[in-house]
Amino acid sequence: MKPSVRNLMARPEMAALLIFFALLVVFSVLNDRFFTTGNMTVYLQPIPEIAIVAMGITILIIAGEFDLSVGSVFGLSPMVTVLLMQNGWPTAAAILVGLLIAALIGFGNGLITLKLKIPSFIATLGMLFMARSLAVVLAGGFPPIFPRELNVSWLVGRLDLGLVTPRVSLLYMIAIALVLGFVLRRMDFGHWIFATGGHPQAARDMGIKTKRVKMACFMLCAALAGFAGIIQSFRVKVIVPNLGTGLEMQAIAAAVIGGVALTGGVGSILGAVVGTLLIAMIENILILSGVNANWFMFAVGAMIVVAVVLNTQTRLKAEGMKG
Amino acid sequence: MNVAANPAPAVEEPIIKCVGLQKWYGAVHALKNVDFHAARGEVIGLVGDNGAGKSTLIKILSGVHTQDKGEIFIEGRSVSITGPEVAMGLGIETIYQYTAMVPEMSIAQNFFIGREPLKFGRPGFGIVDREKMAREAMEGLRGVGLHLRGADTPVKALSGGQRQGVAIARAMHFRSKVLILDEPTNHLSVKETNKVLDHVVELKGLGVTSIFISHNLHHIHPISDRIVAMARGEKIADLPASEISVDEMTRMIS
Ligand SMILES: Nc1ncnc2c1ncn2[C@@H]1O[C@H](COP(=O)(O)OP(=O)(O)OP(=O)(O)O)[C@@H](O)[C@H]1O
Ligand SMILES: [Mg+2]
Repeated sequence: MKPSVRNLMARPEMAALLIFFALLVVFSVLNDRFFTTGNMTVYLQPIPEIAIVAMGITILIIAGEFDLSVGSVFGLSPMVTVLLMQNGWPTAAAILVGLLIAALIGFGNGLITLKLKIPSFIATLGMLFMARSLAVVLAGGFPPIFPRELNVSWLVGRLDLGLVTPRVSLLYMIAIALVLGFVLRRMDFGHWIFATGGHPQAARDMGIKTKRVKMACFMLCAALAGFAGIIQSFRVKVIVPNLGTGLEMQAIAAAVIGGVALTGGVGSILGAVVGTLLIAMIENILILSGVNANWFMFAVGAMIVVAVVLNTQTRLKAEGMKG
Repeated sequence: MNVAANPAPAVEEPIIKCVGLQKWYGAVHALKNVDFHAARGEVIGLVGDNGAGKSTLIKILSGVHTQDKGEIFIEGRSVSITGPEVAMGLGIETIYQYTAMVPEMSIAQNFFIGREPLKFGRPGFGIVDREKMAREAMEGLRGVGLHLRGADTPVKALSGGQRQGVAIARAMHFRSKVLILDEPTNHLSVKETNKVLDHVVELKGLGVTSIFISHNLHHIHPISDRIVAMARGEKIADLPASEISVDEMTRMIS
């Protein structure tokens, strides 16, 4: 086997990609309503929102930390944005403040984790409750009415691609993925992220400010979650304080299926996107086939296990081969 | 390896000089008023029992810790080494027992961790020059006689000795003036150990100063110009290697 093939097989998102294309074929054959323009449009609808959260989580996990509070931030950011718009703020400024609040939550996560040396799992579990509570308190019992007349087409309008008409947010997702992928693979800061999560002491001894790197990742992860929440609330034109409840599990599942290693230092942006596509595809086929929706969790759980096992096996194989 | 027979000429300012270094870890007084110096091209064997303070001394030099008292001079200039990047900027490179390498990352990436050559931008916000990284990493490795498959091989695929070779090549590439080796031969085979010792001798020929820590006095003695012994945070001996035998060293530090 050529070294190039071996390197390809060793890539973290390899297993997810294989499963994705396999299931795409299987589902298309099993159900003739699956690979239709109408269904693909429906299928792609929520993808950007989950994928953007999964990308942020992926980067943070590569850096060796964790964030359970993304679902709550996903609800808090649009809550802030919509409330500000209701008070007459221009859309751009309201969104900016929503994102800043998200980044601030990320900063808080980083501060608790890095300064007080609490595991990020615990720190962000606390933040999950606090941020959610803030969203509920801000809503004040009566969730604010989303301004119906607001022009949201620049963010979630229909993109007429002829066959499918996904939302504009898909373009934002692709742009974010390209930028983040570039940062991770081609920029020195990306190398520092991998080094920080892959071997913290080596990174520190080589002069990398690992705490700063992690802090940046905490803030980026939270800001992305906030942005994803704004996209969703703009898409459904509703803001409720429980928006994004439980989303952290889906996003983490997507990241893990996409090949991120919880030990840090391994993972990819493409993996986060493919992981998201996979989870949504399972949900889609279950609904389409009229299967009891309660099987969704079972299917996602099974896929996590299968993807991780497959991942471990391909990587071991790739390592075992000498070129 | 009969290098100790022609000790480095005692010329000019010592490349590195420490005066009255003190370090406490909470209540533990790990360094008690230690003076230390090294000349250009000198190989110093730093020996002492467990907990003597050897690692503490070199961690201060490599910027991992800072001293509580005392002064450090590099080529006669007083410096404050506040972090590893400062030490590396001063030409002090450290080879650790655990090899400061990220296993999942490639040889080229490890070679340049934290100091990536950039095509564009500034450190922390720059686009890395991957061709340059691969080319210079391979050149560096050949320079220390390591012939590895390719610069994009992950470090986890290398043996312990190869990893130390990469670490030494890395230190050389960044023009280290002082190379610190803290038990670099632990976990290495006899052959790999000899390779590391050979590197130190070669570097001496290039004018690089080495501070070598090992519990194996048979490794240290033949390549050292000078032996510095520590016990309980103090320097208890500092003399040319030719004036002390391995047996005497053993008695002194145990
Ligand atoms: N980070 C630390 N925190 C607290 N105490 C420390 C720390 N590092 C070292 N010490 C203590 O300082 C003293 C000197 O330790 P040091 O690591 O310098 O010894 P050493 O000579 O390198 O020993 P060894 O040969 O076992 O590596 C020891 O008593 C040790 O327990
Ligand atoms: Mg030690």
